[in-house]
Amino acid sequence: MEFNTEFILGCSAIGAGLAVIAGIGPGVGQGIAAGHAAAAVGRNPGAKSDITSTMLLGQAVAETTGLYGLLIAMLLLFVKPLI
Amino acid sequence: MEQGMLLSAGADIDFMVHGVFSYELFGQTVWITTTHICVLIVMLVIIAFCFAANRAVKHATEVPGTFQNIVELVVEMLDNMVGGVMGKHAPRFRNYIGTIFIFILVSNLSGLFGLRPPTADYGVTLALGLMSFSVIHFNKFKHQKVKGVIEGLCSPWPFWAPINIIGDIAVPISLSLRLFANILSGVVMMALVYGLLSQIAIIWPAALHVYFDMFSGAIQTYVFCMLTMTYVSDACTTD
Repeated sequence: MEFNTEFILGCSAIGAGLAVIAGIGPGVGQGIAAGHAAAAVGRNPGAKSDITSTMLLGQAVAETTGLYGLLIAMLLLFVKPLI
Repeated sequence: MEQGMLLSAGADIDFMVHGVFSYELFGQTVWITTTHICVLIVMLVIIAFCFAANRAVKHATEVPGTFQNIVELVVEMLDNMVGGVMGKHAPRFRNYIGTIFIFILVSNLSGLFGLRPPTADYGVTLALGLMSFSVIHFNKFKHQKVKGVIEGLCSPWPFWAPINIIGDIAVPISLSLRLFANILSGVVMMALVYGLLSQIAIIWPAALHVYFDMFSGAIQTYVFCMLTMTYVSDACTTD
């Protein structure tokens, strides 16, 4: 079956939109990390700087899966592998 | 698409890598891109800093001047960071970790000076990831010997080995993709702001620069070095 370029481009755009739904997961994960960090600072305000750096490190690692979704979207939109 | 992947530009929103000039090498067309030029600029800046630092330390004074203070601060900070994570393995890896830390940090911050950050090109970050991968596995074979490595691969049960191998191969890929995607997302955002909102992009994009270029860049630098250190000190422990 033959598809024209416009059809494939439109489907790629829909696919890119679906791919960035991956951002939900890291959002929830980072929120949980920040919430627990806030609770930890509440219990032990003296360790605030340690807690903050640990939280940022964990969040930056948790962000990875969302960025994979972003990468897929960028590939679909700009590299156009399906054409 | 005659310039190859990621080299073509779209409309007036411009965040792609551009080819500057090309030459033929063994029948292959090799492009010198903006990334090469940005890496060169970053390299020259770091080398100039190194020469100045070397000179300042050679003529060190009892009461340190401003520049000598900065150099000592940077070296002490890197030493403490590596020492805090790697413990007794730290002295052998201070050079490597310090080098990649300074390179990635200056690369990420170069977005502030109008360059396209070199780390927003997968070629650069993959090279960094593969360097870390080599260091990890060299030290694994050095400290755990071949027997220990094979035992590590077959750790719960022997048929677990393929999954362990995939886990090992995923390390450089995830390290490099994390850095690349973070910096690329910043570059795309700034290009969209300057491309689509160019009429009203006055002063306030500075706040976005602080987040995308400085905060995100510094955090990702720290994460890259932190994970490399964790993996390396994991590879160095024999049990």
